[in-house]
Parts: sequence; C-alpha cells; structure tokens
Amino acid sequence: MAARELKHRIRDITVRMLRDGQGAPLLYLHGANGPPPWAAFFERLAERYDVLLPEHPGFGTSDNPPWLRNVADLAMYYLDFLEELGAPKVHLVGHSLGGWVAAELAVRNATQLASLCLLAPAGLRVKGIISGDNFIWAPDETARNLFYDQKFAEAMLGRTPTEEEADILLTNRFMAAKYGWEPRWFNPALERWLHRIKVPTLVIWGENDKLLPAAYAKVWGERVPNARVEIIPRCGHLPQIEQADAAAKLILGFLDGAAR
Amino acid sequence: MKFTFFHLMPYRPLDMVERHKHRAGWVVLPNALYDPVKGAEEYHSFIDQLVYAEALGFDTIAVNEHHQTAYGLMPAPNLIASALIQRTKKVKIAILGRALPLVNNPINIAEEFAMLDNLSKGRIITGFVRGIGNEYHATGINPYFSHERYQEAHDLIVAAWTKPGPFAFEGEHYNFRYVNLWPRPYQQPHPPVWIPSMGSSETIKWAAAPERKYPFLVTFSGRDLVARYLNLYREQARQYGYEAAPGQLGWASPIYVADTDERAREEARAGIETLFNDFLAVPWEMLMPPGYTSLQSMKNTIKMRKALGARTRHSLEDLMASGTVLVGSPRTVREEIARQRDATGAEHLIAMLQFGVLTDELTRRNMEMFAAEVIPHLR
Repeated sequence: MAARELKHRIRDITVRMLRDGQGAPLLYLHGANGPPPWAAFFERLAERYDVLLPEHPGFGTSDNPPWLRNVADLAMYYLDFLEELGAPKVHLVGHSLGGWVAAELAVRNATQLASLCLLAPAGLRVKGIISGDNFIWAPDETARNLFYDQKFAEAMLGRTPTEEEADILLTNRFMAAKYGWEPRWFNPALERWLHRIKVPTLVIWGENDKLLPAAYAKVWGERVPNARVEIIPRCGHLPQIEQADAAAKLILGFLDGAAR
Repeated sequence: MKFTFFHLMPYRPLDMVERHKHRAGWVVLPNALYDPVKGAEEYHSFIDQLVYAEALGFDTIAVNEHHQTAYGLMPAPNLIASALIQRTKKVKIAILGRALPLVNNPINIAEEFAMLDNLSKGRIITGFVRGIGNEYHATGINPYFSHERYQEAHDLIVAAWTKPGPFAFEGEHYNFRYVNLWPRPYQQPHPPVWIPSMGSSETIKWAAAPERKYPFLVTFSGRDLVARYLNLYREQARQYGYEAAPGQLGWASPIYVADTDERAREEARAGIETLFNDFLAVPWEMLMPPGYTSLQSMKNTIKMRKALGARTRHSLEDLMASGTVLVGSPRTVREEIARQRDATGAEHLIAMLQFGVLTDELTRRNMEMFAAEVIPHLR
C-alpha cells in the first residue's frame, strides 16, 4: 500500500509529505538521507496511527528557505507544523537527524506531544566515543557502515539511482552538511535541557550502529526523565529498515502502554 | 609578462608506500610519517629557493596555505612570508592565499597582512581563497556556509584596511563591535588582492566586478580550461562595461625546462607524477564536501566526472598533453606560454618550478634555465 503524497504548506514553506493510516497522529521526522521508503515499518504504524512523514524543508523537492539555517530553526519549524496540525496529542518519532530535531522540539515545547520515540538520534556527544564520519566515507563504505546485515548494503549498492534520485540524494547530502557538519551531529546545549522532556520517551538503538554508537543510548536514558532504552541486536544505524518489524513492534508496544 | 615563482613546500621525504595505505595525503595521513629533522631541512631548502628567485629576476615570489597535509607544509604561510621579507630586497611577496572561511576571526588575517605590508614597506600581494575541500574536513568549518563566510570575511578585511576605525562590523557569521586595525596597511588604499581559483563561475563573476577588478589566476588546469576561464573573466568584465587589463589575468602551472625535450621529461617525471598522484590526489568525498560549491556546480562536476570515467593515475605524458604542466626545452616551453598568453591576454604566469619530489639540484637548474632562456623572451 502506498501512502498519499501531499504538498504541505506552513507559512511560506511547501514540503512534500506522505500520509497514511487511521488513529491518533504520529509525526515521523526523517534522518539526513531523506525519508525512508514507505515500507513494512510505516505500514505497521499506519495500521493504528495517522502517520505523517514530511520531507524536511531543504530536502528532496521540499522548499529550501535560506533563513532556515540550523537544527534549532528546524525544531521551530516543526513547532509551527504541530500548531497548524492542531491535534492536541501527537506521537513524535524521529530518526537520527530527525531524532535530534524531535528532542530540540520537545525541550522547547512539549504541550502538543503525547510521546516521543527516538531512533538512533543525533544531537548529543559522548566524549571519548566518537561518531562515524559519514562525510568522509565513500559511498560503498557508507552503505557497509550503515547496516549490520551486509545483504542490505549489497542491495543498496546494487541499485543505480535514476538521475532524479541521484539529484535528491545530493540535495539531501547538502542539507546533512548544513545541519550536521559542525559541531558534528550534536548541539552542546541540548544535553543540559533534556530534563525538560517530561513525556513518555522511548529510545531505540541498533546494537551495531557505526555512525552513532549504541553507547550514546545510555546517556539519553540517563538525561531524559521518563525514558526507556531498547537496544536492537544485529542492527545498524537504520533500525526502521534493517529491523523494521522489531522497531515497529517496540514503538507500537510503547504507544499502547505508557503513552495512551 | 610578469613572472611569479610559486612554492607549495611539499614534504618530499614522504614514504609513498605508507602514504597509499591511507585514503589521502591529507587530513588522515598519520603525522608519524613527518620527520621533523628532515622537515626542517625542507623548510631551509625551500626558503633558499624562494630567495634565489629574486636574484634570478622573478617579479614575485609566492607561498600558499594548506592544512594537515604532506602536499604543502605551510599551514601559516605568513610565517614564511615574514622570513622572506628579511632575506629579500625588492621582489614582491605574494601569499596565494589565505583561506578566509576557515577562520573564525578574519580580523587576524587583516592584521597579519597589514603587518607584513609594513615590514616589507609595501611589497606584499595578498590572496584570498576558500581553501580546498579537504580543509573543511581538517578544520571542521561547515562547507555549506563556505561561500557566505568567504564573502563576509572579505568584506570585513577590506573594510578593516580602508575604513577609519573603530567601526562595528555586523554580519551573519562575523560580528565585531570594534574593528580598528593597528597597524594600517602600508600600501594605499590596501595591498593588492589576487584570486587564485579553479574557475568557478561564481568566483569569476565576483572577482571581475568593477568595484574589485581582482586579478584572477587559474590554478592547475589544462590549457583549454585555463583559456576558457580567463576568457570567461574577460567576457564578464565586458558585461560589467570595461575591458579586463592584462594584469587582471594569469594562470599557474608546474613548469620544467632542460636542454632538450627528452631530458626535461626524464628529469621532471618523478616530481610531476608524485605531485599529482601522491601529494594532490584525494577521494571525491574529501575534495568536494557538500555545499563547498553550489548545488548546480556540484551536479555539473559530477556529470563531467562521469563522462571522463573513473580516475586513473596521471602520467607525465597525459599532463603534458592536456597542457596542465609545461615540460620541455626552453623553446618548447616558451612557445606554449606565448600561445596561452596570446589566446587569453594574460600577463601573469605563476610558475611552479619545484613540484612533488623534485630535488634541490634539479629545482635550481630548472629555475636558472627558466630565468635565462624563457623569461627574457616573454617580458
């Protein structure tokens, strides 16, 4: 089942958005590579939630307003997004860069949040445990480092993107640099304010993540007051792809319980 | 024509077998491979070469900035320029250039150049560059904002040189309540600014603007590209409503001359091939970090790269055939330079007469023959 593809406009920014499912709204903020394919993971979530997957401003074919300059701006944009959506209680899920944006949003204003799910979020630094350098990795190295099961890497490398897809990947890479180059994938202030996240929070990490090491999960668990940490074995940086069922099951179970 | 003797100061004792165990001779090349005893000798040899260029009649001697690499040992080129001021009398000294976006306080660059200008009593030529892609990995500066930071740092430096201080500078990346340069530059209104570039259209448009008219130097490109970019600059100047002066145009090239074409090739080969294949070569991800050029420029470069096929080792013959390097008898080299001058109207030749592992002895012979057999014919 394909989700509906929409053009979603907030103030003067129009973004591409996929949306499907029934139930309470669930907003998914994607990582630096762009929205993942609408596959098993999203289908599972859409069975019970109204899933919204916007393409961040600047990514893919979404508008790229020059005044949107950093992750804090992106978090404020999504506060506008939530306000416009109007729903009183939204489940917020974010992966990697999107997890960072979600956390920045939550420390600012969580009044419209029912819960927070962070999949291998960027945003924190753990001294002594350095993140992988996705900007220096060659494409084949990137594919291999993103997955534990190399079948996924082979599949990624075996496919030549169309010219349009290649353009989108390059655009997204530009945005990744804009938001994550320096300081590399973190905001030194964020850790100081994580105590402000009072909503039920689930932190999910792939045990074998080579980009943002799973050791970071522990710090998130300690700093966010109501956080539960789940480590998925045999899994790299993309649990929603590599362990789609396990990741969806964890999220659905969490939303059924604490967050209802 | 005017002739600049340009140096990169490569670390020649580099173990090339070890070098190729790493992804580049930049950023990640372990500095355990640098031997300070050998390195100190390199500095002395190279400074001697630069000083000797004055005696040989070069108009300008030039240094440049690179970071965390065996390709060039001048992370702080102004230190070398300062030493050169003390050992030379009349020759112009060019710093080509300082990489503006890589610093968080461009006033330091304005101050240092002003000091050098005073120390040399006006012999300084400054150069403004963005640094190559590798340097955004080396410094952590975000390449996405490279162009913005460059423009803003430039505006700040020129204002610091020319506007009565103190004044406030209010930018996006740089903000200073007090800009008040002590010392002010010796040359008025400010030292010349040259723009070495790989030829991006954004840079050409900016450098040629009537309020700047900065000399534009195409670096390390084949003869067709050099001609194309220099003529783009001329065309851009016409669009601005003026004719570019010869002194606004130049190009840089590794050059080697010897008695015969054959001997020149034989003697230059190791130096040229190590320059391009061992010192300069870097993977795409390091050279072209996202945002370093505009999205459209990056797309064009990717397409061009695809059309050319996977990069192979550059041989001396390939580099000669494309006109990226000039190697041969004085007559061969003279003719090639004259052709490019006539095709572009350029006045400045930035000659790199030491390159890669080229020895002191061969460098000296190259410099002497170039000065005796090439320069006088093209002045």
